[in-house]
Amino acid sequence: MDITEFDHHSPIPGTTIFDGKMAMKGYALNKMCYSFNGAAARAQYLADPEAYMEKFGLNDEQKQACRDKDVLAMIAAGGNIYYLAKFAGIYRLDVQDIGAQQTGMTKEEFKEKLRKAGD
Amino acid sequence: MAKILGGLTTSHIPAVGNAIHNGLFDDPYWKPFFDGYPPIRAWLDEHKPDLAINIYNDHGLGFFLDRMPTFAIGAAHEYRNEDEGWGIPQLPPFPGAPEVSWHIIESMVEQEFDITSCQELPVDHGFVVPMQLFWPGAPNNPDMPRTIPISANTVQHPIPTLKRALDFGKALRRAIQSYPEDLKVVVLGTGGLSHQLDGERAGFINKEFDQYCMEKIVDDPEALTKISRMELVEKAGAQGTEFLMWMMMRGALGDKVVRRHSNYHIPISNTGAGTMLLECVE
Repeated sequence: MDITEFDHHSPIPGTTIFDGKMAMKGYALNKMCYSFNGAAARAQYLADPEAYMEKFGLNDEQKQACRDKDVLAMIAAGGNIYYLAKFAGIYRLDVQDIGAQQTGMTKEEFKEKLRKAGD
Repeated sequence: MAKILGGLTTSHIPAVGNAIHNGLFDDPYWKPFFDGYPPIRAWLDEHKPDLAINIYNDHGLGFFLDRMPTFAIGAAHEYRNEDEGWGIPQLPPFPGAPEVSWHIIESMVEQEFDITSCQELPVDHGFVVPMQLFWPGAPNNPDMPRTIPISANTVQHPIPTLKRALDFGKALRRAIQSYPEDLKVVVLGTGGLSHQLDGERAGFINKEFDQYCMEKIVDDPEALTKISRMELVEKAGAQGTEFLMWMMMRGALGDKVVRRHSNYHIPISNTGAGTMLLECVE
């Protein structure tokens, strides 16, 4: 049986369960993002993103998501948020920046949503 | 014989590291969070533990998806942090306790927990931030105990069940208590509480569920083992699964504990931030 034919998880709206299926799909993208733990790798990416993505074997969907800095598209392409956070770090984006981007809010609106969770 | 004094829990958000670095302790945003720590520091000052077992989840510094251990135990002489992709300051190393690590590793495998042993393990904010909260200036605080990091996988599903996490803690308790030398031990459970960083549901925080978990973990952690992993994702958020670390910590404290201190604040960064001090009774 192909791994894509069997789903272990019931869907949770707005949530991707990063399981074996996603881990296989996103391996190259996540491996590239993992490399960004090192400052030299980050500089190398910024100097020539296309060459760096090619080196890690990203597919077209992953490359385009990176060019667009589109977090939802990176997740759909198999990206795992813990590694994507290191990609975001290159551009000095924090978790409220990427939260706002994914929910279609301004950063201020997103922070207000977080604050309201405490009411 | 080694003795477990109690358990400490805290969230381990990267933004806390920045706030510490910038000294924002009295800033209106941060004060309700930082005010949760002095009572725990006073307790630590009184008891002066020799060893801090820090149960955290690596966030893609120590481990990658090429080899992903479900449970990993540090067995190094020292542990160093790295910049993690964000330029986090490099600290002096945290001193390890490898002879105790190997005793624990032997005991855990004897008890049929087949863990991964790590003679090298770069530690990320999940490990460092709690140390800095409990021992300001860590690792340079003169009372800084030696440490053993234990990391559980919450990066990639399947993650351990809540029951397995609690059982791991129970086995860890037996491992620590069978160490032949006198040693005062505290066990840290770090991470959580509810938060979700990814997807259209980013920014999800669940105060009611966090408070339920903080209540039940004191006297009835077994009740929490009824929560399935998918239910945990749904109710605590995708990264709220870090609550597994609290379950591992709780298992190591024995049946009966006394809650000495507790604090909960929303939001810190994207997270419901919880802090507790649980003291062992026997």
